[in-house]
Amino acid sequence: MKTSTRQVDGVTIVDCSGRITLGEGSVILRDTVRDLLAKGHKKILLNLGDVNYIDSSGIGELVSAYTTVKNQGGELKLLNLTKKVHDLLQITKLYTVFDVKDDEAAAVKSFGQ
Amino acid sequence: MSAHRVSYTLDSTLDTVNSAEEVASQIATEAGFADEEVMKIAMAVREAAVNAVLHGNAYDPGKKVTVDFERTDQTLVITIRDQGKGLDLAKVPDPLAPENLLKTSGRGIFLIRSFMDEVEINPSTTGTEIKLIKHVHGTTADGKEASQ
Repeated sequence: MKTSTRQVDGVTIVDCSGRITLGEGSVILRDTVRDLLAKGHKKILLNLGDVNYIDSSGIGELVSAYTTVKNQGGELKLLNLTKKVHDLLQITKLYTVFDVKDDEAAAVKSFGQ
Repeated sequence: MSAHRVSYTLDSTLDTVNSAEEVASQIATEAGFADEEVMKIAMAVREAAVNAVLHGNAYDPGKKVTVDFERTDQTLVITIRDQGKGLDLAKVPDPLAPENLLKTSGRGIFLIRSFMDEVEINPSTTGTEIKLIKHVHGTTADGKEASQ
């Protein structure tokens, strides 16, 4: 799993690629979100468009990221889910928990001021 | 009816999880499953292997994980065993319950049951055995169309 971050209108977009699975993938996601929060970046949009695989540990890491950001007064949203990730969030009933977007510009605008 | 069986004995490491997943993907592909089914089978095996390595054997280097693949004309049966204390099924939470939705773990067995046609979990004091069954081309062992 690889991540790169960019800023768009006050929102930090994290472009993720690869697999979010037990071990390295989950750790990279956790560290990325933790570093962003430490720097005061609390509007986070996880772009999962290039994430082709996620396991239960990865799902847990997404939940952890969501609650961690929320508990610090921030917002974390998901962008561009692949079909596999979309289906996984559906069957685990998490699709309605996360704020899921499919258009980057609209997603950026949707964050509170 | 022809049967083909392979068995692996693996260390209690993350590499085992990845290896089991890769072999499952390869065998399911060779068995003729469609890509989406192959992904589901491989993911179920991955989740079962994670349970065996983490929760069963707790990364103990002295304990092994065995993975058996048995393929017949009608089914693919994958059996994963650990040498842990035995899974307490009563303590496995329902990950879809509202109070559990935001928990960061506890979805592995749910996903396994979602992705396979039949799942048997047999815990004992010497370890847990989980049997994952997928019917070829959506047929059951008696040749009837499987319900999904």
